[in-house]
Amino acid sequence: MSAYNKPLPELSGLHGEFYEFCRAGELRFQKCDGCGSWRHVPRELCAECGSWDWSWQASSGRGKVFSWTVVDRALHPDFAESVPYAAVIVEMDEGVRLLSQVLGVEPSQLEIDLEVEVVFDSVTDEVTLPRFRRASV
Amino acid sequence: MSAGACIVGIGETAYCRKPGSGLSQLGLQLQAALHAIADAGITPAEVDGIMPFPNLGRAEEFAANLGCSNLRYASTIHMGGAAPAASLGAAAAAVEAGLAHYVLLPAGWNGYSGSRARQTIADDVASIPGGAIARDFYMPHGFTAPPQWYAVMARRHMHEYGTTAEQLGAIAVAMRNHAQRNPRAVMHGRPLSLEDYLASPMLADPYRVFDCCLETDGAAAVVVTTAERAQDLPADPVKILASACGQPYPADEITNRKDIFQTGLTIAAPEAFGRAGVTPADIDFAMIYDCFTFELLQQLEEVGFCPRGEGGAFVEEGRIDLGGSLPVNTHGGLLSEAHVLGMGHIVEAVKQLRRQCGDRQVKDSEVGVVTGWGDFGDGSIAILAR
Ligand SMILES: [Zn+2]
Repeated sequence: MSAYNKPLPELSGLHGEFYEFCRAGELRFQKCDGCGSWRHVPRELCAECGSWDWSWQASSGRGKVFSWTVVDRALHPDFAESVPYAAVIVEMDEGVRLLSQVLGVEPSQLEIDLEVEVVFDSVTDEVTLPRFRRASV
Repeated sequence: MSAGACIVGIGETAYCRKPGSGLSQLGLQLQAALHAIADAGITPAEVDGIMPFPNLGRAEEFAANLGCSNLRYASTIHMGGAAPAASLGAAAAAVEAGLAHYVLLPAGWNGYSGSRARQTIADDVASIPGGAIARDFYMPHGFTAPPQWYAVMARRHMHEYGTTAEQLGAIAVAMRNHAQRNPRAVMHGRPLSLEDYLASPMLADPYRVFDCCLETDGAAAVVVTTAERAQDLPADPVKILASACGQPYPADEITNRKDIFQTGLTIAAPEAFGRAGVTPADIDFAMIYDCFTFELLQQLEEVGFCPRGEGGAFVEEGRIDLGGSLPVNTHGGLLSEAHVLGMGHIVEAVKQLRRQCGDRQVKDSEVGVVTGWGDFGDGSIAILAR
């Protein structure tokens, strides 16, 4: 197997903590201790209520497709061999959205509100990306 | 005229793809700047303010090459393609406050022959809107470039409002039709039909190749001064009635916006109309930043030319065509004239208000709008009048 050659996240700060949970097979988002709102991407404090207090809380891992684009012509050289692929926005049950890919579903089969669930894609020894698949009923 | 600020000079280079401009990025912009300064009827030494486009040049190097030995005001508004229309407002404020007498706004690049947009994105993560957010949460999944960032908004609009590919195509065709009346346009002499549009390959579905702006070499520039000084200059001054800019929320992350269609322009447009004392119904033409077809449609809605969700019908009915109720991008825009980062839109608006547009002239034009769009949806608007 050839080495994984696509862009990787930097594993530092709050972003690094997010990916550390993914590596352990957990999808967690920040949840505000002050007002209970979930947030993604990671932020230092709650823009809803101003609280600095929060914790990483487990997501249900379930969500639905909010929107997507099918990339037919890669605009980044590392994805040239991957087209066509879909970059998908998933809206989680908790309300936060994240950008990912849905594995095992042809781009042409995607639809808005398609129910999906998280799977963990260990692309390197250090990095596990949260991806999605069609939800099991 | 007493108070206020005006555009008193415009300048452009030729616009081209193959074989390329043959000039450096700076050289191109200097050429456009010299044309604008000459058009204004002033000397380079009188230019004491410079507002370079973000990441495309430094005021110091413009000044040193042009001979602007009295530079007092230098700033850049970091809003990508929204910078030029936003900079008009900052330049107007600067000259009215006496911070400078003549402010030069240059923009230009070798978008075709040089380091092309997509390669910049790939090689320089720090220049991507969103910075580490894009690096850590978008790029690993292949969400790497502007047509992809905006395509997710377009698809959502299609889902919520029934906007169609044919309606996006109507925009591409209208821009191309306008370019047929503009000999400077790269797509002059190369008409496009809706059938051609629908047959063009997908790039970032729902965006086809013909939904996307051109990649071209070229530069444009304008000079801003006070209305008082403008009275003594040769060209018909074009008044900056108002200019405003704004950001979506959050500006650094696309996916978690409560309202994905609320962009910077949503905030900026009502403010600009309020300050200018006019309404969208008073506008004779609009130069809308058309990086992609849907962004043009979306901005028509957020400026208030039509209600949200009705942009598709608006463009399909021909209202944005020359002869329609709101001619849009009479030069052909980024889609069919050239990608001059939005400065070309300002230059065309000035030409319309000076009534120098020949057979693409909007009859009796008195007041027009220019918009800008950049990064993850930053927006700007300038309302100009003769
Ligand atoms: Zn809170």
